Amino acid sequence: MSEIESLSPRKQIWLRLKANRAALASMFLIGLLMITVLVAPWLSPFNGEDIDYEAIASEPSITTGHLFGTDSLGRDLFVRTMEGSRISLAIGLVATLVSLLIGINYGAIAGYFGGRVDAVMMRIVDILYAMPFMFFVILLMVFFGRNIFLIFFAIGAINWLDIARIVRGQTLAIKQQDYVEAARIYGASHWKIIQRHIVPNLLGIVVVYITLTIPQVILVESFLSFLGLGIQEPMTSLGALVSEGANEMESYSWTLIFPAVFLSIILFCFNFIGDGLRDALDPKQVK
Amino acid sequence: MIEYFIRRLLGAIPTIFIIILVSFFLIRLAPGGPFDFDKSLAPEIQANLNAKFHLDEPVYKQFGFYLKGILQGDFGPSFQYKNYTVTELIGQGFPVSMQLGLSAMALALLLGSAAGILAAYRQNSKFDYGVMTISMLGISVPNFVMAPILILLFAIMFSIFPAGGWNDGALENRILPIVTLALPQIAYIARISRGSMIEVLRSPFIRTAFSKGLPTFYILTRHALKPTLLPVISYMGPAIAGIITGSVVVEQIYGIPGLGRYFVQGALNRDYTLVMGVVVFYGVFIILLNLIVDLLYGWLDPQIRLQGKKA
Repeated sequence: MSEIESLSPRKQIWLRLKANRAALASMFLIGLLMITVLVAPWLSPFNGEDIDYEAIASEPSITTGHLFGTDSLGRDLFVRTMEGSRISLAIGLVATLVSLLIGINYGAIAGYFGGRVDAVMMRIVDILYAMPFMFFVILLMVFFGRNIFLIFFAIGAINWLDIARIVRGQTLAIKQQDYVEAARIYGASHWKIIQRHIVPNLLGIVVVYITLTIPQVILVESFLSFLGLGIQEPMTSLGALVSEGANEMESYSWTLIFPAVFLSIILFCFNFIGDGLRDALDPKQVK
Repeated sequence: MIEYFIRRLLGAIPTIFIIILVSFFLIRLAPGGPFDFDKSLAPEIQANLNAKFHLDEPVYKQFGFYLKGILQGDFGPSFQYKNYTVTELIGQGFPVSMQLGLSAMALALLLGSAAGILAAYRQNSKFDYGVMTISMLGISVPNFVMAPILILLFAIMFSIFPAGGWNDGALENRILPIVTLALPQIAYIARISRGSMIEVLRSPFIRTAFSKGLPTFYILTRHALKPTLLPVISYMGPAIAGIITGSVVVEQIYGIPGLGRYFVQGALNRDYTLVMGVVVFYGVFIILLNLIVDLLYGWLDPQIRLQGKKA
């Protein structure tokens, strides 16, 4: 008799994720990219703002040291692409955190209290779903200037709806559990039950939505920066770089291609990881 | 059905009201007024201007004026395009955007569902993996990256299509913008229809049809197609919003005189009334289209229809 090995759910998820080669490769690539982006300032002799008068709009080459070439002002494109990636990734992480904070609390409160509170709160979410958000963000940028913190917050504040819905659904199930009942009998406050007993048990699902929200957020920010409504000079983001590149591409195509490739790789990887995680967490997906 | 329609229509009113309210108060909160110039105006002129645009009245009255104007289809004058009202600008730009959007939508539905259905039918084949990888590419590459790359390839390197401009809607000027708008939607629709087709093909009624010995093509088109397309229909709401948002960028890049371009120009020039007018207009437009999509869905799916009656 061979012994049947029983696997913990976490191990099963990991095994399924490992079988998904695209997701695994994406995780590796994103990790590599993040490290590169962080150590990049020490990798290049140039600075993103300095102008190299001997190499204005020069092609990518190893001999000049401008690995990705320079833009029409003579700024090193490698350094600028790294800077842009850093800002884009930072916005992706911070704005996702903002949307998580709002979404988890909102969804958990709606699901936990149920009844009329739930009905009203979810009706508000329904109404917000129908709004053309990109337009509202642009509206915000027009009226309040292009402040980077506002960008973080505005983008985070529009992306919490999906998370709120998912969290609410999960909370409805979790609050029926015996341990929640036990906590209530012991006299724990509503707030404590939500924070200590409900939210920690939501995190599995939330992780999937983190990986799916990050690329959305990065996309929104790049979209704004592309239109000239996001990050302002001398700071840069991948969207702003793509925009500059698009204006210069007829003569200097590399100014478009490098930032475009970086942006696409980042979005591509996060989407693959999110998809892979979702499949791995889905118990129906046993092959 | 009519009852359901009316209920949904009434449900849309608060949403529309909130859109108008939010946009209106955002403007009031904004620093700087429309008549702040480098040189300050004479106080009498300032007062006259304020009086003309009701800026000297309390905010709730201004909101009343604005709301009344919108109900009559009047979004006020543009602050930047002199001698134009916002309504006129929307009237000029929208038909162009609409033509592009509709063509992109049709292309996306046709190509997307065809690719998805074929991929599902040949699940785990090379074709399937190809479609899925390309569609991930279509989803991940944003349209403001795709557009310059398409221009670089097809306009600058091979000069097949013009790099931009509208040229009164000549066919060769339309192709690149339409393709750019449609690509992400093709990708999404392919993924959605693949997923639902796989599920449909596993269901008992399809197995029955196969065991009766019906030809495959007949089963796919007659039995499997309708249930497969249901999730695609319900995706049309987000798809419409996506195409409209995309059109903002696409019109900007290709230099097309559509509503999206006016919107971006308005945003960069702080043309408050124009930006707000477009937001409200598109908000209402998207909500109404979503309503139509929901009705279509209800008509196609008998289960939804029953629920509508019960409630």
